[in-house]
Amino acid sequence: MIPATFDYIRAGSVEEAVAALTEHGDEAKLLAGGHSLLPLMKLRLASPEVLIDLGRVDALRGVCELDDGRLSIGAMTAHQDVIDNDLVRQHCGVLADVTRQVGDAQVRHRGTIGGALAHGDAASDLPAALLALDGTVVVQGPSGQREIAAADLFVDYLATSISDDEVITEVRVPKFDGSWGWNYQKFSRVAQAWAIVGSLGLVKRSNGNVEEARVGLTHMGTVPLRATAVEQALAGAAIDGIADAAEHAAEGTSAPTDLNATSEFREHLARVLTKRALTAAAG
Amino acid sequence: MTALDTPPTLNVGVTRLRKEDAHLVTGRSNWTDNITLTGLLHVALVRSPMAHAKVSNVDVSAALEQPGVVAAFTGADLADNWAGGLPCAWPVTPDMKSPTHLPLATDEVRYVGDAVAVVVARTRPQAVDATEHVVVDYEPLPAVVDMEAALADGSPLADTSLDTNKSFTWQKIDGEIDDAFDGAAHVTTRRFINQRLIPTAIEPRSVVCAPPRETRETTLWSATQVPHILRLMLALTCGVPEHELRVVAPDVGGGFGSKLNVYAEEAICLVLARKLGKPVKWTETRSEGYQATIHGRDQIQDVSLAFNEDNTIRGMRVELHADMGAYLQLVTPGIPILGAFMFNSIYKMDALSFTCHGVFTNKTPTDAYRGAGRPEATYAIERLIDEAANELGVEPFELRERNWIKHEEFPYTTIAGIEYDSGNYEAATAKAREIFGYDDLRAEQAQRRGSGDPVQLGIGISTFTEMCGLAPSRVLGSLSYGAGGWEHASVRMLPSGKVEVITGTSPHGQGHVTSWSQIAADALGVAYEDVEVRHGDTNVAHKGMDTYGSRSLVVGGYAVQVACDKVVAKAKKVAAHLLEAAEDDIEFSGGTFSVSGSPDANTTIQDISLAVFAAHDYPEDMEPSLDSDATVDPENFSYPHGTHLCATEVDTETGRVTIRRYVAVDDVGKVINPQIVDGQVHGGLAQGIAQALYEEAVYDSEGNLTTGSLLDYYVPSAADLPHFETDRTETPATSNPLGVKGVGEAGTIASTPAVINAVVDALRHLGVNDMPMPASPRNVWEALQAANNGGAA
Ligand SMILES: Cc1cc2nc3c(=O)[nH]c(=O)nc-3n(C[C@H](O)[C@H](O)[C@H](O)COP(=O)(O)OP(=O)(O)OC[C@H]3O[C@@H](n4cnc5c(N)ncnc54)[C@H](O)[C@@H]3O)c2cc1C
Repeated sequence: MIPATFDYIRAGSVEEAVAALTEHGDEAKLLAGGHSLLPLMKLRLASPEVLIDLGRVDALRGVCELDDGRLSIGAMTAHQDVIDNDLVRQHCGVLADVTRQVGDAQVRHRGTIGGALAHGDAASDLPAALLALDGTVVVQGPSGQREIAAADLFVDYLATSISDDEVITEVRVPKFDGSWGWNYQKFSRVAQAWAIVGSLGLVKRSNGNVEEARVGLTHMGTVPLRATAVEQALAGAAIDGIADAAEHAAEGTSAPTDLNATSEFREHLARVLTKRALTAAAG
Repeated sequence: MTALDTPPTLNVGVTRLRKEDAHLVTGRSNWTDNITLTGLLHVALVRSPMAHAKVSNVDVSAALEQPGVVAAFTGADLADNWAGGLPCAWPVTPDMKSPTHLPLATDEVRYVGDAVAVVVARTRPQAVDATEHVVVDYEPLPAVVDMEAALADGSPLADTSLDTNKSFTWQKIDGEIDDAFDGAAHVTTRRFINQRLIPTAIEPRSVVCAPPRETRETTLWSATQVPHILRLMLALTCGVPEHELRVVAPDVGGGFGSKLNVYAEEAICLVLARKLGKPVKWTETRSEGYQATIHGRDQIQDVSLAFNEDNTIRGMRVELHADMGAYLQLVTPGIPILGAFMFNSIYKMDALSFTCHGVFTNKTPTDAYRGAGRPEATYAIERLIDEAANELGVEPFELRERNWIKHEEFPYTTIAGIEYDSGNYEAATAKAREIFGYDDLRAEQAQRRGSGDPVQLGIGISTFTEMCGLAPSRVLGSLSYGAGGWEHASVRMLPSGKVEVITGTSPHGQGHVTSWSQIAADALGVAYEDVEVRHGDTNVAHKGMDTYGSRSLVVGGYAVQVACDKVVAKAKKVAAHLLEAAEDDIEFSGGTFSVSGSPDANTTIQDISLAVFAAHDYPEDMEPSLDSDATVDPENFSYPHGTHLCATEVDTETGRVTIRRYVAVDDVGKVINPQIVDGQVHGGLAQGIAQALYEEAVYDSEGNLTTGSLLDYYVPSAADLPHFETDRTETPATSNPLGVKGVGEAGTIASTPAVINAVVDALRHLGVNDMPMPASPRNVWEALQAANNGGAA
């Protein structure tokens, strides 16, 4: 639990961070809250030679409204600051509600939204949420900025489409107005643990029916997933169709087997939790 | 000088805020790892990544070239420093097999974490970095991980220097066991698995050792529960004269048995400090501790109960396979043997047969973990009673009542041959039932069953007892344990009237400083604040048997009381002399000695302390001192008991178990400090519930610990635990003057079966009759699946 020796660079700006990444290539790692990276380093599963600390890049903190009506959340905004932010609460309460279930209070005060998405762990809560919200991340590299949709972000186990020399600067999410309801069912062994399975259900109601439903699944494969079969079954359907639709929740997943669950149990949990999440979201 | 106008208020039985807490909660604690010494060097160990392998070569030369490295040694380099290896003090049978346990293995490693080399460097990171440059050639050997397979013919050996994987078979048969079963009207038989657990003290293990400087004394600080035992054992193991070795247990942050040992790292640090002439420090990381600090439990239990037509118990058969792990640590083989006296629990029966096979595997050694042998036994009997009640078609309470020892039958000699001095199972049970609202919960259960609620309700009962207050020395001798179970205390009356109590117990969270102050304050009639308690340093507390087995109050508190009584007796003599009265006419109350019939003729214990210090005028036939020592050997164990009731909600769709109510009525005899007792019960419940629902050390087929960190080994936090409803009945122990029984382990012992009984009870009507621990969502769901697919689990 002692990391290997590394050099430390404190970036004063995104540009400095990008320059340092460009210089040190894949020997360098960005350091945000450190709550995923440092445990890996202490176990010597990761031994970057250079850490580039984003902690002093204040421009990466905070939330604002974009001209196109979406919210922009700075990559270095700590989980707790997302939860407490008025704009997030007002326009994207679902993100606050999911983030509230991340880890424990210490984790939520250190871990950042950008770090959680860059880490891209299918067992963590925010990747599936970003996917269900149709959010994006904005990254900046040596050749400028680009925006990556959540659907294109998570490519494999702990792997994203962000390049080694890019920094996430913002996370963008749409607003969800009063016609939307949501519920996140996080199923874990103990309070501060990762999800064995998580299901985030969002339901847009109109006239007692489901106009649109979205389901994000945590820990049902190497990447976060949408339960598209459920979403399709529910589009325009009656609310009492939720239980039947939720039976499709495990379709297209590739759930892992570990000490907490066989893939079969995970598939079962996905169905039960999706039913519960959508029922609560529609209620 | 504080002569009090009014006698101090009584302390015993009253909650006093813990004296030891202020420094612990304000960051001024003195953990071993906080100790820094001039020139301190840091130790890191190279540990085997394989469960079993021949070690053909260990080369530290490249490590010696690394920055900051001062020294590096292989097992062969240091082999002469620990002649026979680490001690096991409990040879349970004359023919018990015990592999030589070298602090650094030389030619064979026997579990993942077995150390093979050591690096010493100026900083800890340098030492850890350099371990990566130690080259070790391992030739893999088959790993033995399953106890039953280990005993089968042709099994690979966990230790190639032995010709078997069986350490011992220990047997005890009381009564006519075959008759009991042959003539039985009903027999209930089960196999229970008491899974392997990892004690997780918040403070990791840590050792600092300073070589002799001005004197010949070597000082070793360790996060240990047993400084006295450690001093003796290290002296013997490493050939350091005992009088030149000082062992200190500074603040110690929890142990639960895991710090009741003589560990490789303690011997290594002792040898390194003396060899290098420099102070050294080693502190485990959590993952390292999970491999190299002892584990607990790990038994396969085959148990049966034979009943008469009227549902009274005729007899019980117990056959255990107990996993020793790769080596026998200090008391490894004795732990399951303690259960031999506990499987019968509170029940009367005419015959009991107990057989225990100690088995070697290529896993971390097991040893004492909170309850040590009694939780395992209690789990089996309390689960089995519930299963029997179901098979016999009687209420689980009714079957218990039918068979338990009635309060008027105490003292009662059990079938296992020990005498329970006191108890009242009826009273504790009645109180628990009332608080719990047993009948209402049963009604709700029936209603949920009727409506097919996806969340079912279950009620679990545990009417437990245990034996603690270790222990009468002669009994320990009869069980072949290597030492006695006495305890020592000294009471020093200082000239200013203040008091120093020195105890041989070694608290690591229990609050002895507070409780011992309460006992001494009342016994001497001085203010609670005027007492200081010292412990945990062999230069201060020269004699002691330390802290484990819920013994400290029962034996150590008893010693404090006896030493105080001796002080009072001496002071009384001086009072008679000074007041010019006959000793028989002197009365003592609240710190004041007075002449009976003339209350104005009086003096205080503080005045007498000063008078004796001045020594100008004292009785001819005594020394000028009130100071007194006591070494007490208990005449019996103590037998706390109680009734714990648990209501669980089991979500049949997800397998999630939620505890809705937990009522614990404990009888720990007289209570010195109610808040400390509640704290002990709360912590014990948390650990017992953890075994039932959360924790399990899992090894893969190659002997790798797959639950090697807190990421996979689920220690519950307050957020996962229910509100505990605790209450007490009070049946004083008759075997010590304080009337106290132990409380350190009771909660752990009682709660595991209460929870599992509740889980099974919730699902019984769905065909579930057993539940592997922990009752995780996966295990519950799989039990339900199995029941659904026909055959009950
Ligand atoms: C005890 C514990 C419990 C936890 N429980 C949960 C949980 O229940 N649910 C959950 O979702 N998470 C959980 N986490 C993880 C937590 O949310 C992490 O904080 C988060 O996943 C990573 O964020 P970070 O800011 O700490 O990133 P870091 O650990 O600093 O970095 C993580 C990775 O992202 C990269 N990175 C960081 N910032 C950027 C950026 N701006 N651009 C590009 N790359 C970047 C880093 O180089 C690194 O590879 C837990 C963590 C701990 C320690």
